[in-house]
Amino acid sequence: MTNALIDFVLVSVALLAIGIYGLSVKRNAIRMLFAVEMIVNSANLNLVAFARFIPNSQGQTLALFSIAIAAAEVAVGLALVIVAYRMYNNIDIADFRSLKG
Amino acid sequence: MVDSIFLALSVLTIGSAIVALEIRSLIYGSIGLMLTLSGIAGFFLLLDAPFVAMFQLSVYVGSIAVLILFTVMLVRRELIFNKIEDSRRRYAGIGLMIIMMLGIGTIIIGSGLKSMETDTASVDYKKIGEDFLTYYSPALIVMALILASAVIGALALARREDVTSDQRAD
Repeated sequence: MTNALIDFVLVSVALLAIGIYGLSVKRNAIRMLFAVEMIVNSANLNLVAFARFIPNSQGQTLALFSIAIAAAEVAVGLALVIVAYRMYNNIDIADFRSLKG
Repeated sequence: MVDSIFLALSVLTIGSAIVALEIRSLIYGSIGLMLTLSGIAGFFLLLDAPFVAMFQLSVYVGSIAVLILFTVMLVRRELIFNKIEDSRRRYAGIGLMIIMMLGIGTIIIGSGLKSMETDTASVDYKKIGEDFLTYYSPALIVMALILASAVIGALALARREDVTSDQRAD
């Protein structure tokens, strides 16, 4: 194992910062979902890296749970995007002004 | 010291993450996201976690990225290439990103993580399966219920209410 723990943590921080940039700047709903995926993946990378260096297996178990929950979250998020697109005929989040059904 | 595989993987991951957010077409953006997720799977392989890497490949690259690609294709053509952005907000976002990278990066480099290296053997992935079926089995059942309810909720949300089926029996 030539790579140290801090290298993985630094890559994870870079991915987190890019995700937060995308979440705060982009106005396209699907691009915001991309940014959320990047943030979740940086958290997963941290979990697996610390689990390798401690070492125990619970970090990997938690990462598997997190990946499954993220899959459910993306399914619901894309369904919401489709509903909003049908309602407003646009995917720009500045247009999503009312929560009325 | 890092090796060349690690460097190549990190360049691939960070570069395709930036491409996924900045390229004009959403279709190429989702392909960039797919590359980012594959890069993370490569990191998992480097960390001796092959089970998590395969799970990542099958769940993220196999299902989530394809789902996003199909959703992008459902959207109107001019919206895919549409890119409205406030330029002041964009500069503020880039500043926030650089501040976060530098701030958290210096904190982490200054902390005690730097000296943390390991030469012990990696965890056997059979242990993960045993954990799932013994200690974590209630959590596994709850996660299955969450997944089922999320999928049913997504189907119920995306249903069209203005179309009624003609073949209904009653």
